[in-house]
Amino acid sequence: MLGQIAYALPFLAQGFAVTLWVSLLVVVLSLVAGVMMGVGLVYGPAPLRWAVRIFSDTIRGIPILVLIFFVYYGLPAVGLHLESFWAAVLALTLFKTAQVIEYLRGAVGSIPKGQSEAAMAIGLTFRQRLAYVIFPQAFRRFLPPWINGVTDAVKGSALVSLLGITDLMHAINQVIGRTYEAMPLYILGAVIYFAVNYALSLASRRLERRFSFIRE
Amino acid sequence: MPIATPANPALLDVSEVSKSFGSVAVLRSVSLQVTRGEVVTVIGPSGSGKTTLLRCVNFLESYDSGSIRIDGREVGFRDTGARQRRSERDLAKMRAETGMVFQSFNLFPHLTAAGNIMLGLRKVRGKSSTEARAIAEHWLGRVGLAHKADSLPAELSGGQQQRVGIARAVAMEPKILLLDEITSALDPELVGEVLEVVRSLAEDGMTMVMVTHEMAFARDASSRIVFMADGGVSAAGPPAEILGADIDNERLRSFLARFRASHF
Repeated sequence: MLGQIAYALPFLAQGFAVTLWVSLLVVVLSLVAGVMMGVGLVYGPAPLRWAVRIFSDTIRGIPILVLIFFVYYGLPAVGLHLESFWAAVLALTLFKTAQVIEYLRGAVGSIPKGQSEAAMAIGLTFRQRLAYVIFPQAFRRFLPPWINGVTDAVKGSALVSLLGITDLMHAINQVIGRTYEAMPLYILGAVIYFAVNYALSLASRRLERRFSFIRE
Repeated sequence: MPIATPANPALLDVSEVSKSFGSVAVLRSVSLQVTRGEVVTVIGPSGSGKTTLLRCVNFLESYDSGSIRIDGREVGFRDTGARQRRSERDLAKMRAETGMVFQSFNLFPHLTAAGNIMLGLRKVRGKSSTEARAIAEHWLGRVGLAHKADSLPAELSGGQQQRVGIARAVAMEPKILLLDEITSALDPELVGEVLEVVRSLAEDGMTMVMVTHEMAFARDASSRIVFMADGGVSAAGPPAEILGADIDNERLRSFLARFRASHF
């Protein structure tokens, strides 16, 4: 039994690499898109605020699985054919982006208005105010929910297996299909997912402590 | 009393500025001229538009009509004459011409006292880190906080925070310093140390417009007092005249009477 699993390890490792790659793509893309759209939601002109609000509320109201199937099976109907890998990444990114928008809104919204005004009064431009005054303070509020979201992204990436992408989850299922050793393999999978997420939580706590000097 | 003349034009020229929040008129055709080196104190009951006027001067708030000029340049709108808001970059530049000190201090909590002062010097004035640090230390010395340069705002008392707030504003070498009820949030025993700093700046010839409830200080330190009521300038003149017993302005008299009743 262990021999069979050991034999499958390289295959599982490849699946794990895909899981990490999908997670990384989703986390980075959603961070960039979410922060930009979140800034639009907080500071933008009314039409932009509405657009972001509608986007965020819609996406967050749809189950992630439905979103994945919609992007992969639904979008070809309007002429957008995506490879299963990119369809999965897009769907997960949309989902995560909506969350990042809300984390950003919450974090930035918690900074007193006087901070922006003081920054304006010394002549900082909008970008400078964000970069040197608002974001450094909002960062500490943003971090905990966001890291939570990152662990969600790693776990949620298992859904890409439903489009036949050989990530860790799919690799495990395939090995089980050959070896009929369900329990040990699922435990192995659980341990790997847990190890990644636990490491992230630890890093998060570290970072939070580093930024704890900022007053509440 | 310095009056703006062709030879001594107003540094700050507020001309017929009006502003409404919805249907509430907060400023009604306010005009006010301040010449270089003048210290003008704005007094008046709450809701009379004092703070709003101050916030319009550095365009933290826009206004509906009229004009506000500093050194001849319109603050918030383009010089073309059309009422077109300045670009973000232009606005930032114009705002750097005025310094503002806030009632609630508004220090940046993630930066040290020196860091608070250095931010504008570095990012707006383009000073090197060394230069900015030297200027910050100079001003912290001026406000009696040389030893607190590396303290975070949370480690400072209210009076100390406000003195850093003043240092942050004046280090930028603004043409005008705006002080918005800067002692209102302070414990009474800390008010003196802050006013002392303002007094020394006035002696240096810094042009200031301040909103305050410290009447004794207003009387001693101002070259002119402006009394606002209902969004308009109701009376203006030298302190002795405005705070004197024989002023011929019923609203001002009742304001001062009420004020004295509650403060003495």
